[in-house]
Amino acid sequence: MNLTLKVWRQKNATAPGRFEAYEAKDVLPEMSFLEMLDVVNEELMERDEEPIAFDSDCREGICGTCSLVINGIPHGGRKGATVCQLHLRHFKEGDTITIEPWRAKAFPVVRDLVVDRSAFDRIIQAGGFVSVSTGGVPDANAIPVPKADAELAMDAAQCIGCGACVAACKNASAMLFVAAKVSHLGLLPQGKVEKDRRVAKLVEAMDAEGFGNCTVTGSCEAVCPKEISLHFIARLNRDYAVAMLKGRAV
Amino acid sequence: MTLDAHIPSGPLAQKWDKHKFELKLINPANKRKFDVIVVGSGLAGASAAATLAELGYSVKCFCFQDSPRRAHSIAAQGGINAAKNYKNDGDSIYRLFYDTIKGGDFRAREANVYRLAQVSVNIIDQCVAQGVPFAREYSGYLDNRSFGGAQVSRTFYARGQTGQQLLLGAYQALCRQIGFGNVKMFPRTEMLDLVVIDGHAKGIVARDLVSGEIASHPCDAVVLATGGYGNVFFLSTNAKGCNVTATWRAYKKGAAFANPCYTQIHPTCIPVSGDHQSKLTLMSESLRNDGRVWVPKRKEDGSKSSSQIPEADRDYFLERKYPSYGNLAPRDIASRAAKEVCDERRGVGPGGLGVYLDFADAIKRLGEDKIRERYGNLFDMYEKITGENAYQTPMRIYPAMHYTMGGLWVDYNLMSNVPGLFVLGEANFSDHGANRLGASALMQGLADGYFIVPYTIGHYFASSKQAKPSISHAEFKKVEAEVRAQTQKLLSIRGKRTVTSLHRDLGRLLWEKCGMARTETSLKEALNRIPMLREEFWKDVNVTGDGCELNQNLEYAGRVADFMEFAELLCLDALHRNESCGGHFREEYQTEDGEAKRDDDHFAYVAAWGYQGPDKPPVLQKEPLVYEEVHMTQRSYK
Repeated sequence: MNLTLKVWRQKNATAPGRFEAYEAKDVLPEMSFLEMLDVVNEELMERDEEPIAFDSDCREGICGTCSLVINGIPHGGRKGATVCQLHLRHFKEGDTITIEPWRAKAFPVVRDLVVDRSAFDRIIQAGGFVSVSTGGVPDANAIPVPKADAELAMDAAQCIGCGACVAACKNASAMLFVAAKVSHLGLLPQGKVEKDRRVAKLVEAMDAEGFGNCTVTGSCEAVCPKEISLHFIARLNRDYAVAMLKGRAV
Repeated sequence: MTLDAHIPSGPLAQKWDKHKFELKLINPANKRKFDVIVVGSGLAGASAAATLAELGYSVKCFCFQDSPRRAHSIAAQGGINAAKNYKNDGDSIYRLFYDTIKGGDFRAREANVYRLAQVSVNIIDQCVAQGVPFAREYSGYLDNRSFGGAQVSRTFYARGQTGQQLLLGAYQALCRQIGFGNVKMFPRTEMLDLVVIDGHAKGIVARDLVSGEIASHPCDAVVLATGGYGNVFFLSTNAKGCNVTATWRAYKKGAAFANPCYTQIHPTCIPVSGDHQSKLTLMSESLRNDGRVWVPKRKEDGSKSSSQIPEADRDYFLERKYPSYGNLAPRDIASRAAKEVCDERRGVGPGGLGVYLDFADAIKRLGEDKIRERYGNLFDMYEKITGENAYQTPMRIYPAMHYTMGGLWVDYNLMSNVPGLFVLGEANFSDHGANRLGASALMQGLADGYFIVPYTIGHYFASSKQAKPSISHAEFKKVEAEVRAQTQKLLSIRGKRTVTSLHRDLGRLLWEKCGMARTETSLKEALNRIPMLREEFWKDVNVTGDGCELNQNLEYAGRVADFMEFAELLCLDALHRNESCGGHFREEYQTEDGEAKRDDDHFAYVAAWGYQGPDKPPVLQKEPLVYEEVHMTQRSYK
């Protein structure tokens, strides 16, 4: 099949960007979207042109590295899939496809389709953990966890930190990402001890990074490759309110 | 080069405790004076960096990914082993130790493996305390599943994303230390060489992948946790970025490379769909708990759809050949069995390179919901890639390159023969022998990082009393200049071949000549062709752009350049080992029924290769494998 691509090209963080058109010729429906870009890049390099820079690593939907907005939708709109799990069988012969980077103030473009998501790391560094050092912990079965809580915590813990939620949000809010971490740890007895402190710290760090506010439109949930539920944002708001009401020193 | 494994004396079960007591300590107030560089942020690297920082050392951690959370440990699916015996099914530290030694086909170091089994129980405790959401039973206690090569249920899991959850636990511990200022993190920064001064590892030279800046980072000890070299085969289940560069450069600076020919082919991967394929995807081994592997009995039935082949015409070859382990035979055995039936032209799917993994019986027995609960995300993943619904038709699977047991040689302290250079996780060679059992990679990475190197590194500092290196030392300048020169060279060739096309050629050559089955002839052929391919690379590769910006093609070219050299050592090792063991299967050495035939009289040793210079063959040093506890037997899973 043949496709036309309109790809965002930008030399570096400060240079202005623009769309460039490329032809993807004789690509196959069983190729993944990224393999199609590999083919286009091979052709560009054979013509001695600079390949399109884009991030990817595991190519099986778990590392959270790949980050393309395809036709306006982060990860391309396949339910529960990252862009590396998107295959060309979902496109039609002759389609024109627009490919852009994540767009958010807190995720500056590094080059072409590559963005800097270190803001997410800084949020976790502010308190997205259980404050336990190696050693001196009880036997694993000394901390029973109700199965339902463990399952719900796991639903939240699946977040791959890709940032699609931010890219989809009109306010570039990171609430779903933060909510997932707050819920994952807050639901488990091991994480409950510092629950209030954690939620306050994470929200403070999120605001400091320049992410926007949440107006609960649900676009984050719609594009999340791990289908993390909007309910976790409700939980985050509740946990945050409780922490603030308690007014405990953080 | 002399290799001393420094295995403590005394009974096996007491070696580690005794050794821990004998290790010298560093006063807590003095620890911050020692700078440790950790390269890699997967399970081994992140756990080591976090734990060393908790102890008080000044740590710098490097990863080429944009965040330490993305290291390839994240992709491990099935689980992590631990000798907890929570199931009361007869498990023990000794049994985990024995299963691992036997699974490794008696080519691993006994004392290291025993220690691994010992600390396995601490790992689960640690991870639970961190908030890793392991699967639970209704009682609230931890659930377990079975894995290949074991007859007990000792594998802890978090759905099909155990690696992700364990890595996030280690990543969060690391983030905590970054937040405290105890670890300085360098994401998107790639180690390009090791700096050795007066025989000790004293730092690295690394490239900032965004600015292109090449800089020296001096330290008192270097910890490499840079993973395996499976991508030398081009197609593997590794992430695209996985590479041999850090360990290969360390080898060229004097660290011995051990057992490179021990490569693991995983039996359950999604088959190749065409020439465009950029990587292969694993389907967790845990699927073999409930899935049954089969092919048609007659090759004429290969073109029929699975539903048209009646039960009587199916060959459940693993159950037939290995009745006691059945579909849970170890990886090397299951892979070779699949290759065998495909060689007999009984394979299924396009090109006949596939076997069925069928869940129909399990769905009938347990219901689709139960199967969805256990493996839902794997079935979804399969559907995304192939467009097929595995609840209705059997999965098609085929073996693929997955893990590398070989790696840099280390002693009992996980220190290489270059003092001050420690090597952890898949990057070292020590614990899996010639074949790794499922759910043991996560165990080893975390054992090394949380519970071993934090003890042993202090002993090195306390006993070696080395001077602090200065960044202005001539050796740093020299290595930096070499790294710059190589980068410039790659950029200046401007040939006609893309890096990918050359890498693909190398991978295809290795898969054919040094893959699931090897022969003297095939290996000699590979050894003949690799230098030619390498020459072509350096003559005709095209790396566009320049070195002072984000240049993914340049990064890739540097990694492939090292694979081009490393491939030769891999084949040389495979050629010298005139026996079959674990993942190393030499067709000349097999039993009558086609199983790997070891030669313990001549090959019960670790083959550690030392670099001698660009035009000289490497020198082989042998570390004999002495078994004090176990008897070497022919592995049987029948």
